[in-house]
This record gives sequence, C-alpha cells and structure tokens, in this order.
Amino acid sequence: MNWLVVVGGGMIGAPLRYLTDRAVQSRHDSVFPWGTFAVNVVGCLVLGTLTGAASAGPDLRLFLGTGLCGALTTYSTFSYETLRLTETGAGLYAALNVVASVVAGLAAAFGGVAIGQAVWP
Amino acid sequence: MTAPEADSLRTGAPRRTTGTDQLPVVAVVAAGGGIGAAARYAAALWWPTRTGGFPWTTFWVNIVGCAVIGVFLVLITEVLTVHRLVRPFFGTGVLGGFTTFSTYAVDIQRLADGGRTATALAYLAATLCAALAAVWLAATATRQVFARRRR
Repeated sequence: MNWLVVVGGGMIGAPLRYLTDRAVQSRHDSVFPWGTFAVNVVGCLVLGTLTGAASAGPDLRLFLGTGLCGALTTYSTFSYETLRLTETGAGLYAALNVVASVVAGLAAAFGGVAIGQAVWP
Repeated sequence: MTAPEADSLRTGAPRRTTGTDQLPVVAVVAAGGGIGAAARYAAALWWPTRTGGFPWTTFWVNIVGCAVIGVFLVLITEVLTVHRLVRPFFGTGVLGGFTTFSTYAVDIQRLADGGRTATALAYLAATLCAALAAVWLAATATRQVFARRRR
C-alpha cells in the first residue's frame, strides 16, 4: 500500500514539473532555468508545510512528501542545467542559479515549516 | 560538441505543440516519475537515516542521480540518436523523480531546528559540491570515452 501511495505521488509530481517547466520557459527569453527553479522552490514550500503540520498522517506524508514533492523537485536537472550554463559561457548565470536555488529553497522550507506549525499544529 | 544551445531536460521547447502531441510525453514522464520516486523510497527504507544524523541516503540518491544524468544526456544529445520519448521518460521522469531538492532543503531545516547547525551546513555544502562535481565528471568522462572511440 505504501508503495502505491509513493508511486502515485511520483506519477503526479514528475509531469507537474515537466508541464510547469514548459509553461515557465515559454514565457521568458533569458537563459536562466526559471522553470526548474520554480518547481524546486514550490516543492520546498509544500514539503516544509507538510513537515511542520503535526496533524498530517503517514499516508499523506508518503503521498505528498516522498511521492509528489520528491518527484516535483529535482537535483539532477538543477545540476545539469548549471553545468550547461557554465559550458555555454554563462558562468554568472550558473553561479546565480546555484545561489538563488539554495537560498530560495531553504527560505521556502523554513517558511513552510512555520506555516505548517501555525496552521495545522 | 553537438548539444543544442541552453538545453535542459526540455523536449522540443520552441516548437508549438498541441495538447494531444504532449500526451505521450506527459504519460512517459509520469511513468518514469513513479519509478524514480519508488526507487528513492526503497533507498530510504533500506538505509534509514537516524534522527539528527547526516542524511547519507538522500545525499547518495542525489549524487548518483546527477552522475547518471551526466552520462545519459551526453549520450543521447552527442553520441546516440534515440526515440523522442527516451529523454522525457528517463531524464525528466526517472532521474527527476529519483533525485529531490525538497527533501534536501527540509533535511537542512530539520538539522538546523534540532541544533545540529554544523551537520546542516556540512550537508548543504557537501551535496552541492558533490552533485555539481558528479554531473561534470560524468559528462566529461562520457565525452572522452566516445571521442577516443571515434578516433
């Protein structure tokens, strides 16, 4: 049962990342990977909120946390896009991507935990 | 190098596609995402991280995923010609679903919240450095292996 819940979450999270990335990338001309940045920050906020929400049950944690947020966010694409930015001469954007993703991701995680604790204690 | 400009895991981004065109891509991304998430869950069950300890399992999941994507994307963009669904299935789906940024960030929050600031900072920096080194080394090594074979 646990496995089905995780797989179900992953099967929603990954296409959500793909579709969000496509939508975001078609709306700007910069080389900055805003699509991956956006899903990573949103995923950190949701997982943070879930972590802070003491009243969330184990099934919801597996579905939304391990499955959906885990698959919505990605470290592999983040790393690869950073590598491509350096390889194509956009070193400044690569550095910006690393710093912005970590800072915004952590801010979202900390903020999410605070929201979860306040709203679903 | 024949990799397209500023590519990521996007497939055919500039091309205007209709909704039905996207259906097989979304389906294989979903299937891959389910597999990737299950593999990460399996790793977490087999190697549980103790509370307050360095999150080694998520660390290795992310590093392995970054190394594999380095090999995979060089192979399919510079060496091989593959079916158009291979990249969304394996790159966006499986590897994207396997690796995680949210657990990384929330693990740091948990460690910091529990007073383990040094472990939190070490984990933050180690994952970042190892992930970027893994993708770079994997991509470079793959290129060198195939450049040598072509000669």
